[in-house]
Amino acid sequence: MTDVKNLEELFQAKIDAEQKIEPKDWMPDEYRKTLVRQISQHAHSEVVGMLPEGNWITRAPSLKRKAILLAKVQDEAGHGLYLYSASETLGTSREKTIDDLLSGKAKYSSIFNYPTLTWADIGAIGWLVDGAAIMNQVMLCRTSYGPYARAMVRICKEESFHQRQGYEIMAVLAQGTPEQKEMAQDALNRWWWPSLMMFGPNDADSPHSQQSMTWKIKRQSNDELRQIFIDRTVQQAEVIGLSVPDPLLKWNEERGHYDFGPIDWDEFWNVVKGNGPCNKERLDARNKAHAEGQWVRDAAVAHAAKRAKRKEAA
Amino acid sequence: MSENPNNWPLWEVFIQSKRGLDHKHVGSLHAADAEMAIENARDVYTRRQEGNSIWVVKSEHIHSSRPEDAESLFDPADDKVYRHPTFYTVPERAKYI
Ligand SMILES: [Fe+2]
Ligand SMILES: [Fe+2]
Repeated sequence: MTDVKNLEELFQAKIDAEQKIEPKDWMPDEYRKTLVRQISQHAHSEVVGMLPEGNWITRAPSLKRKAILLAKVQDEAGHGLYLYSASETLGTSREKTIDDLLSGKAKYSSIFNYPTLTWADIGAIGWLVDGAAIMNQVMLCRTSYGPYARAMVRICKEESFHQRQGYEIMAVLAQGTPEQKEMAQDALNRWWWPSLMMFGPNDADSPHSQQSMTWKIKRQSNDELRQIFIDRTVQQAEVIGLSVPDPLLKWNEERGHYDFGPIDWDEFWNVVKGNGPCNKERLDARNKAHAEGQWVRDAAVAHAAKRAKRKEAA
Repeated sequence: MSENPNNWPLWEVFIQSKRGLDHKHVGSLHAADAEMAIENARDVYTRRQEGNSIWVVKSEHIHSSRPEDAESLFDPADDKVYRHPTFYTVPERAKYI
């Protein structure tokens, strides 16, 4: 028992000294479990996150916007892969991780359970959803687990165009016809609050957060990140002539931050529990894609076997 | 591989210079087995505290793209400038984006 305690102290000392933990290092079971859960949820979010945007690829308003959206969705697939690989360094199996998503056992970010009703939603997603994700991911570039941090550095580099293309879509619509501007405002109205929920429950209601901060898996709290996001995004909205749908939003001189209205956590938990507008649709789509891709996976294995045989014979 | 038992296989050596960084390819060496390859890599490639961790991989297990394929592999990325953030114009007054 003292051995484990010793190891735990050494482990924490390493973290306190800002040393990264690498796959072969000793780590507490709970640290490993927390990371496996977080990294796989993160990976699933990248993958499921392709669905709401994929909905508009065939209906993008121009060839240019279509190419951009394709490139973005393609990036998200890559992000899923980097993260699944990071999770495998902790001893998980890829198949099991994916099975947990398909069976509904594993979670992914609730934001992707909302529908993309108009083209402006693609703008709002890039600007707000990727924007919120980036805040979290920039923090995770300094997370204590080496492979996760390295995956994040790569992802952040690629993310940088996602938010800008979304904001550009919104800016263009906001300068367009009154109908277009209204469409942009409507998208902002619908995506604003769910985006704020992406940072997770308030710190006081987030019991695991403290441990994650001690282990430096997380380095900023949910509420801190949410506040920075709000401060930045409100300014960006103003610049393009849109307004954030919060009647209680007000600059607080003393705090140097915006005060904002209460978040509807009942809605959040309801969507987490599976009752969001698109939970079922998303899982069905993933399961369908997985099942319909079975022949491709089978063919790849058969082809590799054939090629190996041919090599042997040569 | 050669019949000569003393003709040790070639190993590629990857060194992580500091916790948190990627393992980087530094070179190769001959060794009878993986353990020996790591020991030799320690002696050859980390004499000046360059190392925190060593990976060795038998060279025969490294598969590489062919130089003559480079164009067809990498050209498609050339005309996709929209993968870069600078492709987009956002109002100057907008901050942090
Ligand atoms: Fe992503
Ligand atoms: Fe993204």
